[in-house]
Amino acid sequence: MSRSRSVDTETLLKNLRTRSALLRAVRDFFYDGGFIEVETPVKISAPAPEEHIESVKAGQGEFLRTSPELAMKELLSLGVGKMFQIGSAFRAGEFGRKHREEFTILEYYAADWDYRRLAAFTAEMFCRAAETVTGRSVILRGKREIDLRNAEFITVDEAFRKYAGISAFDADRNDTFDELMVLKVEPELGRGGITFLCDYPASRASLARLSASDPRVAERWEVYVDGMELGNAFGELTDGTEQRRRFSQAQAFRRAHGMLEYPEPEAFYRALDRGLPDSGGCAVGFDRLTMLLTGADDISQVRFC
Amino acid sequence: MYSASDLKKGLKIEIDGAPWQITEFEFCKPGKGTALYRCRMKNLITGIGMEKTYRPTDKIDEPNIEEREMYYSYFDGHHYVFSDPNTYEEMAVDASVLGDKAYFLIENSLCNFVIYNDEPIEITLPTFIEKEIVETEPGVRGDTATNVTKPAKIDNGYEIQVPLFINQGDIVKIDTRTGAYAERVSKA
Repeated sequence: MSRSRSVDTETLLKNLRTRSALLRAVRDFFYDGGFIEVETPVKISAPAPEEHIESVKAGQGEFLRTSPELAMKELLSLGVGKMFQIGSAFRAGEFGRKHREEFTILEYYAADWDYRRLAAFTAEMFCRAAETVTGRSVILRGKREIDLRNAEFITVDEAFRKYAGISAFDADRNDTFDELMVLKVEPELGRGGITFLCDYPASRASLARLSASDPRVAERWEVYVDGMELGNAFGELTDGTEQRRRFSQAQAFRRAHGMLEYPEPEAFYRALDRGLPDSGGCAVGFDRLTMLLTGADDISQVRFC
Repeated sequence: MYSASDLKKGLKIEIDGAPWQITEFEFCKPGKGTALYRCRMKNLITGIGMEKTYRPTDKIDEPNIEEREMYYSYFDGHHYVFSDPNTYEEMAVDASVLGDKAYFLIENSLCNFVIYNDEPIEITLPTFIEKEIVETEPGVRGDTATNVTKPAKIDNGYEIQVPLFINQGDIVKIDTRTGAYAERVSKA
């Protein structure tokens, strides 16, 4: 992708300094929490087959990772209890104010944590990050002050009923879910603090386990501040049979839509068969976190790309 | 046919037989969801705006639009007639397409045409043209203020606002985009 940057050099350098401070603060936060830092391959043979994420080909039978998720779950199955990784991920064809084909992902897993505990941890990390940059947990977006010490949960269905006037399940069934999410729901989230949008319709969380209390939804949340999606988390699916079934559905979707066909992620399946601890996992867009804390409105203002 | 990934600011597209131009464009992608191409656009004939969101699988019609330059030749009593500088082919344009710009046409001036399905939908004149003031109150000598104005007529009867120092017979420059007085070129 070409170098198009909507930023002057002075601002870019200032933002890169902030980014550096953030990287350090985030690393400290994870190390203090007993996480180990890992690195997993960037060039892989089998990306997770997802319906709307396209990988970049890297030569014969190889791809650049769209996220480090499958590899990190293999590590979970080997007994790495708590870990994090910061590195590049690639998603073909994504280019916009908040998207680049190459971006930096901050991904972390904790064995024995449920997705609520993971949310509290994530909120604390955001606060720590903000305090590093501004000295306090309050950030300024436009003219509005947002205190990251305020965190709220809202279910996807509640949010759809409130902001789009339709149940999330109906929107999912009549295929208007993504449009309503972008146009009606997302702009309302994270306006006064951190919003965790949780409990997605089960069809929209292929790597998450179903909620024990409501099987129509999966243990998934997305975290928002000021209308911007910053991260996605799952209560991880640990059932190998169910995971194979969901991936083969996604593969069928990809075939039907002429998308790249991927080899079966055999090593990941073996990890599930070996046994995955009940875990929570989350991926945060590190570039977006930097955007949020620098006031940047384009990703090119916070990463050299 | 365009596919959704061709969409960008400035692109002209066709929807239900009408030409539109994209004025704002944003790539969106809700987590794990489909990519969405969010467009604000302007109807190139009516000027009406609207917002529309496309998915990657959408196909979008390409309008039959060309841009070319034409010389203004003459008014035939009903239409304004332009001619192609290379082929001398003539094109008669209805007054409604030009609106007030018709008052600023000058013989042999080169205009830019946007043509949709062989019909001109937008005509851009040279940005500045010169016209003689044929009627205005006498000028106030020495008053060089430009913020106080008075009405004045150009040769075809079109009325503009000019500074007080302008006299009948003066040649003035007019901005054809706004129809406003720009500066005095020469005195009567």
